[in-house]
Amino acid sequence: MGRLEPGIHSGRLSPAEYDKNFSELHPVFSDHEALVASDRCYFCYDAPCMTACPTSIDVPLFIRQISTGNAIGAAKTIFDQNIMGGMCARVCPTETLCEQACVRNTAEERPVEIGRLQRYATDKAMNAGKQFYTRLNSNGKSVGVVGAGPAGLAAAHRLAMHGFNVMVYDHREKAGGLNEYGIATYKATDDIAQKEADYILSIGGIDVLDGEMLGRDFSLADLRSRHDAVFLGIGLGGVNALTVEGTHEFGVVDAVEFIANLRQAETKSDVPVGRRVVVIGGGMTAVDAAVQAKLLGAEEVTMCYRRGQEHMNASLFEQELAASKGVLIRHWLAPKAVLSHGGHVTGITMAYTHLENGLLKETGHTIDIACDQILTAIGQTLDIAGLDTIKVEKGKIVIDEEGKTSVAGVWAGGDCATGGEDLTVSAVAMGRDAAMSIIKALA
Amino acid sequence: MADIRNNFVGIKSPNPFWLASAPPTDKAYNVERAYAAGWGGVVWKTLGEEGPPVVNVNGPRYGAIWGADRRLLGLNNIELITDRPLQINLQEMKAVKKKWRDRALIASIMVPCEEEAWKAILPLVEETEADGIELNFGCPHGMSERGMGAAVGQVPEYVEMVVRWCKQYTRMPVITKLTPNVTDIRRPARAAKNGGTDAVSLINTINSITGVDLDTGSPMPSIDGKGTHGGYCGPAVKPIALNMVAEIARDAETYGLPISGIGGVTTWRDAAEFLMLGAGNVQVCTAAMTYGFKIVQEMITGLEAWMDEKGYATLDDFRGKAVPNVTDWQYLNLNYIAKAHIDQDACIKCGRCHIACEDTSHQAITNMVNGVRHFEVIEEECVACNLCVDVCPVENCITMVEKQPGDIDKRTGKVVSADYANWTTHPNNPMAKVAAE
Repeated sequence: MGRLEPGIHSGRLSPAEYDKNFSELHPVFSDHEALVASDRCYFCYDAPCMTACPTSIDVPLFIRQISTGNAIGAAKTIFDQNIMGGMCARVCPTETLCEQACVRNTAEERPVEIGRLQRYATDKAMNAGKQFYTRLNSNGKSVGVVGAGPAGLAAAHRLAMHGFNVMVYDHREKAGGLNEYGIATYKATDDIAQKEADYILSIGGIDVLDGEMLGRDFSLADLRSRHDAVFLGIGLGGVNALTVEGTHEFGVVDAVEFIANLRQAETKSDVPVGRRVVVIGGGMTAVDAAVQAKLLGAEEVTMCYRRGQEHMNASLFEQELAASKGVLIRHWLAPKAVLSHGGHVTGITMAYTHLENGLLKETGHTIDIACDQILTAIGQTLDIAGLDTIKVEKGKIVIDEEGKTSVAGVWAGGDCATGGEDLTVSAVAMGRDAAMSIIKALA
Repeated sequence: MADIRNNFVGIKSPNPFWLASAPPTDKAYNVERAYAAGWGGVVWKTLGEEGPPVVNVNGPRYGAIWGADRRLLGLNNIELITDRPLQINLQEMKAVKKKWRDRALIASIMVPCEEEAWKAILPLVEETEADGIELNFGCPHGMSERGMGAAVGQVPEYVEMVVRWCKQYTRMPVITKLTPNVTDIRRPARAAKNGGTDAVSLINTINSITGVDLDTGSPMPSIDGKGTHGGYCGPAVKPIALNMVAEIARDAETYGLPISGIGGVTTWRDAAEFLMLGAGNVQVCTAAMTYGFKIVQEMITGLEAWMDEKGYATLDDFRGKAVPNVTDWQYLNLNYIAKAHIDQDACIKCGRCHIACEDTSHQAITNMVNGVRHFEVIEEECVACNLCVDVCPVENCITMVEKQPGDIDKRTGKVVSADYANWTTHPNNPMAKVAAE
């Protein structure tokens, strides 16, 4: 198949191009690069980067450890606060977290490369198979964790450390949650999500039951009867569907599914993509889908967002990344109707929008954008199946500061719960903190 | 345009930047490259007596310490004097001097502490038409074990004796190079003066071990698992050198004795500092060994630009200007009151000033004001120790502001006095001199 073949096809690029496009965005630092980068850290007092980190990693300490040739010690400093420090080093929007807070920005507008230094240290430790934590003798108590994503695994690890027997339920085949299924391929190369899950689970005392889905295979009541405590880290299992005409046509695809399929594909050249692709949405998922559509060989990728650039959930870094890969980002355009011929998508009619007294309105003008494929990334939703009477507000399970839900003995954290930021790093923090609350409650 | 031509004890050079006697000046090839790059003078690598040349180790000769980004801060070496035959060196010196008439060429010499040895070598050196000689009384490693180098420099009587021989047997100006590995640098300097030296040069290198290999347990640099103390130099030694130069410059007995300043000169600014403390010129080694001979261009242009800015026409216009300001602690003005001040616009809020002051000094810098991260000096606690200035990563962000007479020192509650008062008259001093009634 040629790269300009109309419709949705795989094999648009040469094998070498696929390899190049899906290689790592930022390769790991060499020892020398790490030394040079670590030398820039000022070892601030009450460091703003540490405050900005949802898991409160002691950034100045781990960077100083790197600068003195103690990368393994640095990794322990990181893992003490964030057992998924390896994945977070790859996927954290550091430009809006630790690196935004770096005091170097004030004088030079160039922060210490905290994310890449974290990657350097955590890779060193994981590649060396260095385990820092041991499990206490079993205390005979059992905790059921639903969801093997960042929140669930972080909770499970902390609980196992303290001697709890942990059973993790996940409806997918592999552990890792969004780390395995939701992160852009070029951010998580070399099977890192599975390696990290294995690294975490190797502490012992954690069993993972795959193919087990809350609400289908068991209920919350079942869990409460089986375990002394329950942690829900179920993420956002549903997606918002496009509610315009023609969404049933061939070529309209949910971006979350598109990203997951691409991640799981052994050979990227087998993944079909349109010659011309429109992505609907303005968040990280939309960017990941748009960039990867381009990397798969789509000739034109247009990202359409119904509000302005300043309203986009995707970080500026991600927007610039998309632009650098050739994605055209258009603002103030809302989907109106899918255009099709013979059951196949041929384009999409978009309505121009603007704000009227703070409300989003269509201006009355429209534009047709020709395309073969439409990827929708207009928000993910909580799947409430099996949650019984648990209190849910604005699509999230309500939790208190410790992660307790409205149901006694049930904690929750990560994207499914209130108070998070829909980031891997905040999910890890919430899972870890809920575990500490469970440990205290069952003591 | 500033005129930076240098006349040091009658030896003329187009600028005050000489290369010190060291590995960079071991042979004609290097020396000519140095002259071509712009160096005003060269002190040829130390010559030994006629006969089989010394031998060097065949493993590492240098060790180092580094700052951030592996910037070389201190270098040490265990290399000995030239290991080439004396005649080769003399022939090359003569040829080079002939070719580079406007540049200074100095012969560094180290022979046994016997009159005959010095008497024998001096005419040979004079033959080269070198502009002067420098007596190497400084090398702290290797040769000192054989009774030369620092072994001479550490005994003032030997220093005086050898200088006297040299003044007796040559017409060339004599520069006596001093070792810093002594407790009081003024004593060998006075001895050299008493012997009739034309000048002193200092400092030579400092006894040092740059590190220990934690795998092998060997000091570094390591030769087959063993190490020995080497001579330390580079930016790290500059403060030690400045002090020793100042001690000689302000000593009543050696006052006015020409000094060639050596020790960590890396930029034009370092050179200007040595000159202000009384040095007539400077000698450089580590900076050239780190960056190559081209760095002299930065030194020349930087010195000229600064002199132009300050209105100094010649080196003599500012040479020695800082000497009268070097004094004893007891004469420092105890009525001088300063307070640290943090420029909030320049502050990047790293908090290093706060934690340095809080943990290790006087608890005189805030870290939070009205719930906001904010670093500000608490004048009631500030003793103006300067630690905050020293640890701040942004230049001129924290400064010391002098209190004016009549101001209140919030720490003591007292009015700042316009009068000078030092320890010699302070009431807490049991030895205080009471003014005559």
